[in-house]
Amino acid sequence: MINLSINTGSNTPIYKQITDQVRLAVASGKLAVDDPLPSIRALAERLVINPNTVARAYADLAREGLIESRSGRGVFVTRKRKMFTREEGWRRLEPLMDALIGEAMVLDFTPQELREAFEKKFGQWKSGKGGT
Amino acid sequence: MNEQAVIRTRGLTRYFGAKPAVYDLNLEMPRGCVFAFLGRNGSGKTTTIRMLLGLLEPTRGEGTILGHDIRSLPPEIRARIGYLTEEHQLYGWMNVKECGEFQSQFYPRWNEKIFRGVIGHFGLKPAARVKDLSRGERAGLCLGLTLAPEPELLVLDDPAMGLDPVAHRSLIESMIYLTRRSDRTIFFSSHQLADVERVADYIAILDRSVLRVCCSLEMFRNSVQQVRLRFPGAPPPVPKIPGLLQAFRAEGELRLTCVQFGGATEQALRALAPTQMEMVPISLEDAFISYLGERGEKSFILSETEAQP
Repeated sequence: MINLSINTGSNTPIYKQITDQVRLAVASGKLAVDDPLPSIRALAERLVINPNTVARAYADLAREGLIESRSGRGVFVTRKRKMFTREEGWRRLEPLMDALIGEAMVLDFTPQELREAFEKKFGQWKSGKGGT
Repeated sequence: MNEQAVIRTRGLTRYFGAKPAVYDLNLEMPRGCVFAFLGRNGSGKTTTIRMLLGLLEPTRGEGTILGHDIRSLPPEIRARIGYLTEEHQLYGWMNVKECGEFQSQFYPRWNEKIFRGVIGHFGLKPAARVKDLSRGERAGLCLGLTLAPEPELLVLDDPAMGLDPVAHRSLIESMIYLTRRSDRTIFFSSHQLADVERVADYIAILDRSVLRVCCSLEMFRNSVQQVRLRFPGAPPPVPKIPGLLQAFRAEGELRLTCVQFGGATEQALRALAPTQMEMVPISLEDAFISYLGERGEKSFILSETEAQP
């Protein structure tokens, strides 16, 4: 089963740390369709956090269509449904790209350096080592 | 709010001489939640708790706990409340098992399984003398004595104080274990923001006798935000904007921590003509500190009830 972990004192709230890790695991193939996730209670006790926090994270993931609760059997990774239109996807990506490019320019990186870094990152994601 | 409120106060105030220890407190705590009570030393947390439990007479204002007036709590209501004080009071000559037997006499609903579970979780031996226990072990024993009567409402006054990391973790695990019963409410005061982040659903922050925050932890984190503005040269002076808690000026950059960042704030900031403006997430600790930082401002009160139109 997936090994989730959390940090207190982070800029990211705990529920979001959980959703980010599950999303990443699904995107990189560490979690496949029909793989089980720990129950809310079990994960809360293992991470020593309020079960409501886990429930909140799972609710977000379920809303995105990434996981589902199957009655009496637990929580499972489900087929990823397409949530957004292409336009909506771009609308969500734009501000992130602006922030990245803005930061890179302030730090004196050239567009060429950025492109190379991007290619390298894509390579890491394809080989399943992304996001670490 | 509703009858589901486990604790509810209206204008609760207590003076010591001419000095208010708690001023005009309006608190509402839903049943079944974990509620963290925060504030600096001397902000009035313990005074509030003592008034809520009927141990200290309010100067004015009113309050109910489990639906009963805090000025006249009958014993059967008190028996439904578990209270762990800052100073653990125990008889040194008793052993751990005897403490349990002694305490159980006062409670018809005593659950011996819970008592043994908690003291076992803290690694306590039933035959150990109270006077020989470490601070963490005493805390474990007191927690066991408080939890065994299965209180509907658990009030913990700074339970983490002075605990080593292992005893501390056992305390937090015990609190999480308690949430198994969805009708149990936990009210705890603390300085440990990591604990708050782990277990709290709601938080209240007292600042120099005045309640400044009373809302869900999520709402607090969403409401206190930092915005980073970039400028080509030296940043302009810090503007007067609504909800400003803290400001940092650095080379080509202005970082402002605001509460309830809204349209008016955004307009005021855009008027400064920054080359870039972005929201930066901040930690719970930073949010807390910016809220209680030395600005002498008391105007930004965050409350779930007031925020709803």
